[in-house]
Amino acid sequence: MKSVIAENLVKTYDKGKVRALDGLSLDVEEGTVLSVLGPNGAGKTTVVRILTTLLRPDSGSASVAGIDVIKNPEKVREVIGLSGQYAAVDEILTGYDNLVMFGELYHLGKKKAVLRANELLERFSLTEAAKRPIKTYSGGMRRRLDLAASLIVQPKVLFLDEPTTGLDPRGRQEMWGVIQELVKGGVTLLLTTQYLEEADQLADEIAVIDTGKVIARGTSDALKKQVGGERLEVVVDQVNVAKTMEIVAAVSGNKASLDEGLRLISAPVSTGSAALFEVLKSLDSAGIHALDVGLKRPSLDDVFLSLTGHAAEEKQAEVTEKKRGRK
Amino acid sequence: MSAISDVAVITRRQLLLLTRVPEVLIFSTIQPVMFVLLFRFVFGGSISTGQPGGYVQLLMPGIFVQTVAFTLAGTASGLAEDMKKGLIDRFRSLPISQSALVVGRTLGDSLLNIVVLTVMGVAGYVVGWRPSAGLGNVALGFLFLLFFGYALSWVGVLVGLSASDARVVQNVSFIVTFPLTFLSNAFAPTTGMPRILQYFAEWNPVSTMVAACRQLFGLKNQFGATAGSFPSEHPLTTSLIYMVIIMVIFIPLSLRKYRNASN
Repeated sequence: MKSVIAENLVKTYDKGKVRALDGLSLDVEEGTVLSVLGPNGAGKTTVVRILTTLLRPDSGSASVAGIDVIKNPEKVREVIGLSGQYAAVDEILTGYDNLVMFGELYHLGKKKAVLRANELLERFSLTEAAKRPIKTYSGGMRRRLDLAASLIVQPKVLFLDEPTTGLDPRGRQEMWGVIQELVKGGVTLLLTTQYLEEADQLADEIAVIDTGKVIARGTSDALKKQVGGERLEVVVDQVNVAKTMEIVAAVSGNKASLDEGLRLISAPVSTGSAALFEVLKSLDSAGIHALDVGLKRPSLDDVFLSLTGHAAEEKQAEVTEKKRGRK
Repeated sequence: MSAISDVAVITRRQLLLLTRVPEVLIFSTIQPVMFVLLFRFVFGGSISTGQPGGYVQLLMPGIFVQTVAFTLAGTASGLAEDMKKGLIDRFRSLPISQSALVVGRTLGDSLLNIVVLTVMGVAGYVVGWRPSAGLGNVALGFLFLLFFGYALSWVGVLVGLSASDARVVQNVSFIVTFPLTFLSNAFAPTTGMPRILQYFAEWNPVSTMVAACRQLFGLKNQFGATAGSFPSEHPLTTSLIYMVIIMVIFIPLSLRKYRNASN
């Protein structure tokens, strides 16, 4: 069953001049995680705002947990949890105060609200900071508290709008851990992000959006396949660059390319670890000591750049070249 | 029923904020008390009033009205702050009554006014303010003041939700409230103003409020150009009409703005 369905959503701002959403459609299967991946201004937040009843689309339809978002926004609000780009909690109040307040607003009653607040504080490792005002929290702690607030009543569908934007690497890791826990628990989650790694780590499926439309969707693996296979990469000292290029080209059967700054020589390969073994052998017999050798699968970065076309012309060219080479 | 409890939760949140940041309460009372002292001792000596008890009797109702008029700025900047932090989005995504947040906010600001007015009343008493009317009328005067603050608070809701930045809100609110409070009979009799200003000053809701409070506190009002007009004859009724008009216009506008609020 689909928990979230959006069909042909259009939203314009400034009297039609800015098309934030341009016929966007997506859906999320119950119990799975969809990551909406796109650069700033692609329309990620606008989709989330429409699905969480904060914004009405100009046209198109959407439903969450089978409830029409436009016709029955009050009903939708009962089954969703939202954690936005900003940690939307009261900075002056303590973490405990915030959660109790939201619990009461969910009509749990004071007693249950207190119980639930303590439970969530415990679960998100915030018990020690519970009685401190939020403004003393780190970025990661704020986000965790914000997430906790969106989980006060078990939501059927959870929306996380860029949950790690602005966090330092440690905060991001912590947040990922928390989200992965939720995912294991079987929550249906729609998550937006501009970090490819995040989509890769957390999502079952990825929808890549750009200029208000979904331009590709599929599992992380499927998207990576769309860009092409593995690349062999070798880093050597400057004196060995020319010779190594020859070796790599020979192993690959394709022209090798060089990143001069990094002294990184790379070429597409189709034989996986066999190619790796072969190149090591050839380098060894040529007396070249490689500083780094590896097989690199295309990252989502590559996928994204080649799909959106931004700064990706070179990569696109390489992909076409490789296809030709294979013929 | 649940709408009422939602409002109560929001109002309580605001009171909790006051206990957590006592500076807010301290500064929102220090400023009016400072005004009382400044006006009483700086201007009091040079403004002859012909009223028994001196200038401070005329001044206190003026300062009370000015203070509750600033509720507009308080409500507006509070909401703008919530908006900036994304709290409005969070509240709007909850299954609660869609007006709870703003209604709770306006009520919370009115409760703050009770505290502020009490402190000011005490300060006024210390510097010689002695309302000559009975306790009942004085209490009615304060009720009027609270109601006026409440009505203006709804203007603040619209300003706060419409503004792009919390700092802009402060400026806009002051640009609205300053001329209104000074182009009035609050601090000096209007009879000294150019004739055209007298008309404005005497129809100004701040003036009718001040005149209404003075009447309730047992003073005689002085009117210039508009003497004998409806607001000068019936300041209480005029003020009441103004408040109803403000609320009839601004409550629906503010609620609509809230429902469509976006960052």
